[in-house]
Amino acid sequence: MRIKNVLCSLALICSALTLPSISLAAPQKIGMVTDVGGVNDQSFNQSAWEGLQRTKKELGNKVSYQESKQDADYPANLETLFDAKNDLIWGIGFKMADAVLLAAKQNPKQKYAIIDYSYGAKTPPNVVGVMFKAEEGAFLAGYIAAKMSKTGTLGFIGGMSVPIIHSFQYGFKAGAKYANHKINVLEQYSESFTDAAKGKAIANQMLGKGADVVFHAAGAVGDGVIEAVKEKDKMAVGVDRDQNYLAPKNVITSSMKRVDNAIFNVVKDFNEGKFKGGSTIEYGLKDNAVDIAPSTTKMVPSVLLEEVAKIKKLIVAGKIKIPSTEKAYESYAKTLK
Amino acid sequence: MRKFLISILSIVLSFLVGALVLKLSGISPLEAYSVMWEGAFSQPNYIAYIIIRSTPLILTGLSVAFAFRTGLFNIGSEGQFIIGALSAAYFGFIFHFSPWIQIPLVMILATFVASLYGGLSGYLKARFGVHEVLSTIMLNWIALYISNYAVFVEGLRRPDMETTEFIQPSTSITILPDWKVSDAGVEWLSHHPFWNSFLRPPVNAGIFIALLAVVVVWIILNKTTFGFKLKAVGFSPTASEYAGISTKLKVTQSMMIAGALSGLAGATHVMGVSKNIAALATHEGYGFDGIAVSLIGANNPIGVLFSGFFLGALKYSGQKIQSTLEAPSEVIGIMIGAIIFFVAIPKIFDFIGDFKAGKKHD
Repeated sequence: MRIKNVLCSLALICSALTLPSISLAAPQKIGMVTDVGGVNDQSFNQSAWEGLQRTKKELGNKVSYQESKQDADYPANLETLFDAKNDLIWGIGFKMADAVLLAAKQNPKQKYAIIDYSYGAKTPPNVVGVMFKAEEGAFLAGYIAAKMSKTGTLGFIGGMSVPIIHSFQYGFKAGAKYANHKINVLEQYSESFTDAAKGKAIANQMLGKGADVVFHAAGAVGDGVIEAVKEKDKMAVGVDRDQNYLAPKNVITSSMKRVDNAIFNVVKDFNEGKFKGGSTIEYGLKDNAVDIAPSTTKMVPSVLLEEVAKIKKLIVAGKIKIPSTEKAYESYAKTLK
Repeated sequence: MRKFLISILSIVLSFLVGALVLKLSGISPLEAYSVMWEGAFSQPNYIAYIIIRSTPLILTGLSVAFAFRTGLFNIGSEGQFIIGALSAAYFGFIFHFSPWIQIPLVMILATFVASLYGGLSGYLKARFGVHEVLSTIMLNWIALYISNYAVFVEGLRRPDMETTEFIQPSTSITILPDWKVSDAGVEWLSHHPFWNSFLRPPVNAGIFIALLAVVVVWIILNKTTFGFKLKAVGFSPTASEYAGISTKLKVTQSMMIAGALSGLAGATHVMGVSKNIAALATHEGYGFDGIAVSLIGANNPIGVLFSGFFLGALKYSGQKIQSTLEAPSEVIGIMIGAIIFFVAIPKIFDFIGDFKAGKKHD
């Protein structure tokens, strides 16, 4: 028995010496609960799962997911992953905020993380919130849109008047004004994230008023926006993922939110014992968590792309302060001549 | 008895269909079913979740079964559920009474509003001859959009969220919600592992209401002249009319009761589990599952009770094969579809029976 122990520890020490970079502990088990969109939603749930799969491939984590079919599934699914002894449990999307908070309070020793939600100062010590500086990606998209516009009028269609959408809205406007301070931006909320027909109607209205580039941050409403733009052969800016495939000749760029990269970063830190419980992490351009779509090179001239690359560096260096709220935008607008 | 056998056989056959689908996806069916079994019964909190999941299904199942027995096909359970949930969320938020008044008041109001909503389909049929299948399907969508509109009304909406405000704590029918997380509760529960596990989910009094509803519906249908008349209309409207029963009134009354049962499902769900309602992208399926529950339960209140628990368990534990085996949880949907398919065509069993007996079938 004793010899066995000695041998074991010897073996451990040897392997520790030969493989210093690989942790000796069993692979960390990571689980995620999707919101009702499901894991193939072509949006952030899918992106989240891709991020987890990358941690499996590159970091050796054990990963699994649990889809929610109804809002009432969130607590049950979080508990299923808790019972499956996951080391870290993800809730994907702000809809799960209440369920994750309750689970974290019931199981203080379990670690949780949530995408797109911040509990602010009330974050429990076993929870990490992950937010995106969507305004940074939107700023670049706004800059490109303003430079590409021939009429000098842009359109913005938001899903609902909520903070997450405001960061897209004011980031976009700030970027557009940065490119051309005389630019005119039409703004409207569709009061829906699902009604594509409404998106099409609003977009048509904006095109009628002279807008020639329309940016949407409105989920599936955007499908209608892009359709309208395609029919009139104008330009659109996609959101969350590279939406160029929806209308290859009309979607000039997309303001992307890289949920996969954010999840990968947090899991990587978690593996290394650097879990920032009790806080909210904000990921932006410098973490590759927001960006403009790779397909931008197809439609946008290279001269403009070089300008964008320069601006990107300025943002990462903190030289441009991008507003994400109406108030911040107003004081930002005053700094422009 | 024969109907009961058909349901059991259909369930067995659907497990075979499920096994086939799992096998085709490269997953061992035995392993998947054992994960489901363990996921349903191996811990007290799993059983608690099954009870929670089954509560609305039993009530919507009763709603569909009740209408069925009176000759009506209530596809509108889904919409009535939404109206019941919305009303409970609204009244539960604006009233501030003590629990003894608040809970019954909110529940009765929510049930009443939903019964009017269900009764609308009955009235349309009685007055204008609009088929209830058509009107209830359309009313499902109307309910969805009314609910989504209400969620975003300033004052009811929770700031910056796609949900309504939480109902007042006095509206909650969750069992011991505060005690569970209080210091004394945590201390006591740590010494009682069974209750610790069982009370972890939002266990609520909804199941007692569902059981009560089963008894009430059974009595109405089997022990009252009112129920007898309703059933008579279901068997033959013309004969009932001839016998002096006002079929038009009975159709409206029947749909009102069906609406009330679905609305009660929505109310118990909001008051016991969700505590608010969220904007819906599409129907959540509580009412549509009620149709399956009713069919599997042979439209019998007692049968509905069992099939409600069965479907609740299947839907709860079926999701678990996803994270454990990376198996598609859609298998559960396929299985439920298969059960209904087999229940709906009992001729298959006749055919099999005849074939075995060596008779010729024509």
